[in-house]
Amino acid sequence: MSAGITKHTEPKADPSSTDEFIKGLWRENPVFVQVVGMCPTLAVSNSAQNALAMGLATAFVLVMSNILVSALRNFIPKEVRIASFILVIATFVTIVDYAIQAISVDLHKNLGAFIALIVVNCIILSRAEAFASKNGIGKSILDAMGMGLGFVFALFCLGAVREILGNGTLFGIAVLPESFEKWIIMILPAGGFFTLAAWLLLFNFFKLKKAKA
Amino acid sequence: MSQQQTISTPSTADTSSKKMLTAMVGIGVICALLIVLVYDGTKERIEQLRAEALEKAVFRVLPGVSSSQMFELGADGVFKPVNKPEGKNPIVFAGYNDTGEFLGVAIEGSGQGYADIIRILYGYSPETQTIVGFYVLESKETPGLGDKIEKVDHFLANFTELSAKLTADFSKIENQIIPVKQGAKSNPWEVEGITGATISSRAIGNIIGESTATMVPLIFAQKESFKKNPDQK
Repeated sequence: MSAGITKHTEPKADPSSTDEFIKGLWRENPVFVQVVGMCPTLAVSNSAQNALAMGLATAFVLVMSNILVSALRNFIPKEVRIASFILVIATFVTIVDYAIQAISVDLHKNLGAFIALIVVNCIILSRAEAFASKNGIGKSILDAMGMGLGFVFALFCLGAVREILGNGTLFGIAVLPESFEKWIIMILPAGGFFTLAAWLLLFNFFKLKKAKA
Repeated sequence: MSQQQTISTPSTADTSSKKMLTAMVGIGVICALLIVLVYDGTKERIEQLRAEALEKAVFRVLPGVSSSQMFELGADGVFKPVNKPEGKNPIVFAGYNDTGEFLGVAIEGSGQGYADIIRILYGYSPETQTIVGFYVLESKETPGLGDKIEKVDHFLANFTELSAKLTADFSKIENQIIPVKQGAKSNPWEVEGITGATISSRAIGNIIGESTATMVPLIFAQKESFKKNPDQK
């Protein structure tokens, strides 16, 4: 978990508001660039629908906990900040759990144990620690929305590839012909690692190309 | 993040721990309030959705059923038709086909799985004395492993004709339903497990075994009371 926190790169200059939002989507994408929050990334990205629902639930917790942490940042002593952040995060995860149950029993059944696991997603803790506890509410919301959407995007990238190759479908709709031999391994945990490696390869390829230019 | 303040003098230590305490208690109170508010706000809707899901599940576990009636098991061991569950008494659902003929009873059971309590619903047909259907209502079993209890065909096939036969005097189950390893099923009252979901599948076998041992003799003895009166149609 701490690896994720230390990996956070501080922006060089004082960034504008839009940059606060955009950076999470691309330049500092939590999954593809910071490589944090790997547990849910690998575990729930076995179908596009699971990935999307999990991403959105995480983004909601991220935004709400960033707001509360930022609002209380001058009130929380340094010594107990991590405990306080976890308390805040756990609260919003419980709220998401109730909310999803109130929306649909089936959706709650599909996500099952993953909802509770949002608590230990280190993207949320790392944003609370590295950003919200040092910045105002407005900036923290933008940061959380950017990071949250970046996470949704990354999870969807993985989920879509894994579902198409592993099951021949996207959101449960067949996209590949019947004759396609399904790569069952893509739905299994190993497929998560393969897909993540492929995406990281692509991202780093672009990064190197940009650095050379 | 790694710059920890070291506290040297007793006076600063005092104020600092007081500050810490207020901060933690304050945040705790705010969080508790938020949770209570959301719990209260969503409680009714969640209960309603759950009741709907339970009623829908009745049609899954009893093949051929087109309508159902809720029955409550009173403390005296007698089933009475109810419209809304009152208190904590066990609830069962009687299922009827298009012509109002009584087909079987859907029974809810629960027990400890690998991760948390698993809640299931299963269908019992007094006529054939078998379990005819099974559905997981709620489970937090490990995705990819334990949750196979909801998906694997050969496991679900256990519950199409699982024997829950009573003894000759109908007082108890002849052979309690028990879980066995995958591929080891040799009797009609055994639930064949899943390799890779050993604990979860064994839990299902045990839940059904324990639930049938108490519920099935009671239901069988009162099977006439589940039948619809002709004027009730």
